[in-house]
Order: sequence, then structure tokens, then C-alpha cells
Amino acid sequence: MIVNGIERPEASDPRRLLSDYLRHDLGLTGTHVGCEHGVCGCCTILFDGRPVRSCLLLAVQARGHELATVEGLAQPEAPMHPVQQAFKECHGLQCGFCTPGFLMATVAFLREFPDPSDAEIADAIAGNLCRCTGYANIRRSVRRAAELSRQA
Amino acid sequence: MTTRLFGERVQRLEDERLLRGQGRYTDDLGNGALECAFVRSPFAHARIHSINATAARALPGVVAVYTAADVPFGDLDLPLLIPHPQLTHPRTQKCLASSIVRYAGEAVAFVVAESRYLAEDAADLVEVEYEPLPAVVTPERSAKAENLVHADVPANSAADVTQAVGDVDSALARASHRLRRRLRLERSAAQPLEARAVWARWDAVEGRLTVYDSTQSPTSIRGGLAVLFGLPETSVEVIAPDVGGGFGPKIMLFNPDELLVPYAAMKLGRPVKWTEDRREHFTAVTHERAQVHEVDFGFDDGGKLLALDVDFIHDAGAYTPYGLILPIITAAQLPGPYRVPNYRVRFRDLYTNCTPTSPYRGAGRPHGCFVIERVMDAIAAELGLDRAEVRRRNLLQPGDFPYSVGTMWQDGGMAVYDSGDYPELLRLALERLGPKPEGDNIGLGLAMYVEGTGVGPYEGAHVQVLVSGKVVASTGIPTQGQGHATVFAQVVADELGVSVEDVTVTSGDTRRFPWGVGTFASRGAVMSGNAMANAARAVAEKAKRVAAEHLEADAADLELAGGEVRVKGSPGRSLPLAVVSILSNPLRYAFGGGDEIATQFQPRPRPGPPLAEGEEPGLEATGYYSPSPGSTWAGGCHAAYLRVDPKTYRLEFLKYVVAHDCGRVINPMILEGQIQGGVAQGIAGSFYERLLYDEEGQLRNASFMEFLMPYATEIPDVEMVHLETPSPLNPLGIKGAGEAGTIPVAAMLASAIEDALGVRIDEMPLNPNRLFELTR
Ligand code: FES
Ligand code: FES
Repeated sequence: MIVNGIERPEASDPRRLLSDYLRHDLGLTGTHVGCEHGVCGCCTILFDGRPVRSCLLLAVQARGHELATVEGLAQPEAPMHPVQQAFKECHGLQCGFCTPGFLMATVAFLREFPDPSDAEIADAIAGNLCRCTGYANIRRSVRRAAELSRQA
Repeated sequence: MTTRLFGERVQRLEDERLLRGQGRYTDDLGNGALECAFVRSPFAHARIHSINATAARALPGVVAVYTAADVPFGDLDLPLLIPHPQLTHPRTQKCLASSIVRYAGEAVAFVVAESRYLAEDAADLVEVEYEPLPAVVTPERSAKAENLVHADVPANSAADVTQAVGDVDSALARASHRLRRRLRLERSAAQPLEARAVWARWDAVEGRLTVYDSTQSPTSIRGGLAVLFGLPETSVEVIAPDVGGGFGPKIMLFNPDELLVPYAAMKLGRPVKWTEDRREHFTAVTHERAQVHEVDFGFDDGGKLLALDVDFIHDAGAYTPYGLILPIITAAQLPGPYRVPNYRVRFRDLYTNCTPTSPYRGAGRPHGCFVIERVMDAIAAELGLDRAEVRRRNLLQPGDFPYSVGTMWQDGGMAVYDSGDYPELLRLALERLGPKPEGDNIGLGLAMYVEGTGVGPYEGAHVQVLVSGKVVASTGIPTQGQGHATVFAQVVADELGVSVEDVTVTSGDTRRFPWGVGTFASRGAVMSGNAMANAARAVAEKAKRVAAEHLEADAADLELAGGEVRVKGSPGRSLPLAVVSILSNPLRYAFGGGDEIATQFQPRPRPGPPLAEGEEPGLEATGYYSPSPGSTWAGGCHAAYLRVDPKTYRLEFLKYVVAHDCGRVINPMILEGQIQGGVAQGIAGSFYERLLYDEEGQLRNASFMEFLMPYATEIPDVEMVHLETPSPLNPLGIKGAGEAGTIPVAAMLASAIEDALGVRIDEMPLNPNRLFELTR
């Protein structure tokens, strides 16, 4: 499988969750785990470009697929991705635990809806829980991310 | 001085790391550590006849299985954190239960294995023989005491406390109007998105224990572990790295894992990590909110409240590790922003066979607010008066401060409001809210609140200017998203005249700052903010003393600005802070540069030893802040227009306004984030979430699938108006704000729904089904 553009070895344990594989075998701990039952969205990654919950997949199911995690959004020395930048500008995170999931969901959403309405934004992130921000600044962040992405 | 950063919308310094996926939450660390799983009681109340771990121990990959009999602290009661003379029957749980379990989820055995997967396999193999006992589930049932939670606690009552101000009985008898209400709040849970986690390693050569803990109070955990393991405190390090939300249940409760993980690491000589899963978080981690209040009140024809008599029962759950704090807070600040001349409050803290309770954002305050605000609305309804007008007639006035409520406060003193302007808050909220929109089923909700914040005893901070001129600062309290790295940097940067990017703040790491209390009760900004200011001021004074010698000026004529110490009014005469830092340590710096100015061959203007008497080397200082008993009291008003769909009973917020006053504001952007988040948690707990225990004491909805937390589609944008009445109690004039968003939401929603549907609301949380029933 390919993760953030790099070919990675297969998971050895057939029952290993994809989220555990990414976090603990590859050390990509930016993908978080908030429930391990598919509701919170903290573990959202892109699977062949589509947002999926990595806690609901086994690592072996990713064989032959292309995955992207939050670490792949921008190279360490490069400026942040417009979506990351927007979340910073709009104070779209507090504890930051839900954030990677929101970022990945937003990246996928804006590819399909580069100029979304407010209702579309709320719907697009309504699969991700945040316990800190009360969402207002996350909605603003997504709106700002759309602006920044269009400028980019 | 350069532009002040205090009060500015400074963007957060911690964000970039978190946005790039480079956060360090406890489970992100310690790869390769042994992993663990708990065996937890499936029964709410049962006697344990036997525990057999033979099969579990035999499973390949299992390193150890601990039961109470296997650990030296197996018989020890976990700490009672806040004893109280009136807490007559405190009970705390054992680390691992061996003879009796009192809630479903109580820990019975602890498995350590090569991986979490194997640990869970082994946990399934531990055989425990239980004899179920009758479970006591609601506080009402507990009050009846048909069954006991603890055989030696009569009436299931941990405490029975009464306080009174004035003469309630005669005032009630004389009042021209008198009403009674029974107001009930249900259990709820904080549910931070990061559950709890602990990772420990033991360095046998140095005799040092290092613990990473997703806690709100690493300093307290360190103190407790040092005593438990007989180590000097200096040999125990506890670090709260990034913490994914706290909201109360991560306060230093000494959960079983906080003892067992370090113990296993020491015993096994390998790093050990435990990460809680969501299902166990639901039952193993403390809840809050369940209270039932019998309220009797009298008022005059003008709507003035004359007497208030409240008798309430608090659902403590199975144990009381946090003492009486929750009911004490409710009782103390129940009168809210109103003058209540005759007030009597009695509470009983009752055991049930449910998960124990401890503070959750609001911590007893939402309950008190719900009671007094329901009373205000009831008076308005009874007399046919406007709800805002009734409040206006009862509010304390700006000239009334300091105002003593006459009740005992959580810091051991009396509840005394320090400052505020409540009528103005009401006015500001209503002004911003504007006229009611046209349409059916629209309600106006209104609720006011006070919040005792910034409780002591103290916090401290350390600030140091490095030889690079950069500044490092640290404090004992950790952050769970409140932006400590930014707001404390703002405070320090102002005092030292440097830019905010030059200040790096570490919080919640006992290696960097070993003293402190914790992040809870809206105390972080008040306590550590003022400690930071004290420390930074001491550094600034020192910088002036050191620079004065070299600038041949009087220290009093110097100022810190633009990263320099300079003579006021003579811009040419200055020294960069970096150089002052070098000078403060009479030594040579091989790589730092600037050694030519600090060398002993450089003539010094001042005779005597290189380090002046009484002076310490290094441009650094430690500062503390400890308030004299008394909290800073924030206040505010929530007002909203809400539409209730007459068919689905869904809520639609048309407008939600918060007018609030938390004294001087360090960073309005962060403050607004706290309030918006607090309102969301308030709405969540008032209309969506509820913990459903059945008769047997089983939590029936212990997952995010059935415990409905709202998403972005349910929570409105909150409009905010700031009023700043500086607190006279601390140098920065600030008050806490962490809980302000949550406290009045239940009361406000009750008020709005009552107005929209015309049904009386006496309980929280509600949901569409319940509204449907109430309107039948
Ligand atoms: S951890 Fe995957 S959805 Fe919550
Ligand atoms: S920022 Fe803490 S959960 Fe979203």
C-alpha cells in the first residue's frame, strides 16, 4: 500500500486495525482514535482520495490502495496546506484531537465543492465530532479554506 | 513599552504543530511499551467469590495479570481528595476490587501483555465469580434506602448539610405568594474526545519514575505516586503532554490505571502503557449532573423573591473521591446574581450503584442556575410579569459588591462575589438579541448566571530569558486546549517587552515546574496568568538591575521594550535582552556569543563580586500567585430565540446571544472559543445526551452510537458581547471563563421551550420524545 506517497509494507497481524497500523506500526500518530466504532471521525483518512474511518478497516484491507493522512498534507518544512492554514486563522481547534479528522474530511469535501454554501459546509463536517470548539469556528475555517484553496 | 499583547486576538502558537499531525497525546508516545487491559465488573453491585487468572496468565504474550492480591496497595482505599468535616461517610474504591463491586465498570483485574490485542484476549480469560446484589440506581431510590450501597453507610447518605441565611420559615409564611417546584437533572458525562491514557517507564539505574498521563493535574499525581511508591518527589516526573480535552473527569482522581501502570513498569522493568477505549470511558470515568431539588419559594406582588428554601439530593455514584464539592458549589451559588434575603439550603449526598461523580464543566453550577432561573420564570408566570423585568427587580446592583451570599464556598471560606454589573449584562444581552422574529412556536429563552472562578490555593510559574534572547516559561497546570501556550506568552511578552513568538510556554510537566494544583474550575488564567505576570515582572526587574550597571543608569530609569533594556527617553542607550541574559551569569559562553562583554577582563563599573550580593545567576525568576480566600466571580446572561418544530420537536436556534463579564480579557479570540464550546456542551447536555441506566444499574447507551453528541448541524453560532469589570482581587484583573458557556444553557433552554410550547419544564435533559410527551 502507499501512504502519503510512500510504499509501505503490509501489516503482519490480520486483525490489526488500519488506525493502529498507521499510528503504531508506521508512527503516523496524527491520525487519532476517539471511539473505535466509527462515530467520532477522529480517525478519518483519505482512502484512494475518499474520506474513510480508519478504525473501521483492517490494515490488510488497505493492500494495494493509496492512503493519505494528515502528515501528508504538507511537508514538514513547507508552508501549511490551505486547509491547515484556515483552521489556524479561524481558531478552528482547541485541544486539537478531532482536528486531523476535520482536516481530511475538509480536504476531500473542497475537492468536490470548491465553493460551498453554509449548509453544505455544515453537512460535510457533520460526520466529525468536536467536543471543544462548538463548531462555529470549524465552519468558519472550512469557509476560509475554500477561499484560500481557490486563491492557491 | 511596545504594543500591549494583553487583550489582543493573538493567533495560537500551539496550532501549527497540532495541524501538521505533530501533536503528542499520551497514546502517540511510548511505542514498544507493554500494553494493558482491564477486567471490569459487569454488575452494578455484586459480591466477588473468586477470581481465577490462571488461563489468562498462561496465554502466550501475557506478561502479568494483577488482582488486588497481587499488588502491595491492594487493600488501600484510593485517596479521598477533599475531606470535609461534614462528609460523615466518605467512601473511596480500591484500586482493584476483590470482595465487592459497587458499579458496572469498576476495575477487578489488570492484564499486561505484549500488545493491547493480546491483553484484551487475556482479559476475557479471567474468570470472576460474582454474586449479584440489589442495585440502587437513582438518587430518589437511594433516598428511600431500601437497599444500601455500602453496608456501613446508613440511609446511603455520605453527608447531610444545611445552611441558612435569614429566617426562611417566617419569610415564607409572610410572603403574599408562595410556590413549590420539583426540579430534576439527569446524569451526564463530559466525553473528551481523547479518552484517558497513562504511559510509565522506570529507570532502575537512576531510580526515576517517569509517567505520561492524560491528566488535568500532573503535579498532584506526582505527589501521590511518590508517597505510594516511597520515592522522593524529585524522583517522580509526571507529564501531561497534549491532552485531548478534559472538562473535569481528568482531574487527579487517582484512577486505578494511574497506580497500576507505573507499578507494572517498575515491577516488570519495561515501559508500560494503557489507553482507555471509549466503552470503558463511559463507565469507568466519572459522570456528573444528577440532582433532584425540592424548591419552596415566596415572593411579593412586585415579583421580589423573599425566601427560598431548597432541599436537594445529589447522586454521588458509588464512591466520593472528590468529597462534597459538587453539592457545595450548587448550594453556595444557587442564588446566582440575585439578592435572596432569606435562603436555606439542605443537601444530602447519596450513594448509588452507578459510576462515581466528579466535576464536569460547570460542576454543580448548572444545577444551581437551573433552580434559580426556573424560580424567576415561575414568579413571572404567576404574576403575569415580563421575565426580564422580574430579573431586573431581583438583581444585585453594581454598588452591592463585595457581596456575601452567606454560604460556604468550595475554597473553605464564604461565597463572596467580588465585582460585576449584572443589570448591564441583562441589558446588553437583550439589546443584542433584538425583537422576537415572526412565526409560531418561537420562544424567548433567558438565563443569567454567576460563576465562582479562580479558586486557590495557588499556582506558580518560572520565566527565563535565554542567552539567545528567547524566553521560556513554564507552569504546573496542563492544557487541554485552552491555549496556555498563547495566553501565558502574551502575559510574559508584555512584561518583558518581547514579541509573543519569542516566548515558549511549557505547561503540565513537573520536570519544568514541579509545583501547582491543576487545570479545572476556570482557574488557569487567573492563577497561572497572575503567577506568570509575577515571575516575568521579577525577571524584568532583574534585567534592569543587571543592565543598569552596564548602561551606567539608574534601574528606575530603564524600560524593557523591543527585546531590549533601554534608558527611557534615550533610544541609543540600550542592551539587548540576550546580552543582559549573558551578563546575568558571569561566565563565558563558547557558542552563545557575547562572551567578550561578560569576560572577567572587561572592566566592570561596579566593584565587588561578579554576582552582586543577594543576586542569583541567570536571567530567570519564579513567581507564585495565591489569592487570599475568595474567588473571582464572573457573570453573564444567555438569551436566545428558539423555534421548536411542532411535529418533530427538533430545536432550531434563530439567534443565540451571550453577554458576559470575566474581568479583563487576555485574548478575546480564545475566550470566544471557550464560550462557544461551552454553549455547545450545554446544548448537548440539555437536549441530546443522557446516560441511560436501567434498573439493574447497567448503562444502556455506553457508545457514541447511542449517546448522541451533537455535530456541526445542531450547534448555532453564538453572538457575544463582552463587558469587562476588572476583578479587584488579582493584579491582572481577570476572572475565569472556562465554564461560563455551559452553566446557564439548561436554564435558558427551559425558559425558551416553555415560552415556545406553553408547557412547564421542570427537568433536564429534554429530547424530542420527552417534549412530545410533555405536550400531550
Ligand atoms: S475513532 Fe474512528 S470514528 Fe471514532
Ligand atoms: S478541538 Fe478538542 S475535540 Fe475538537
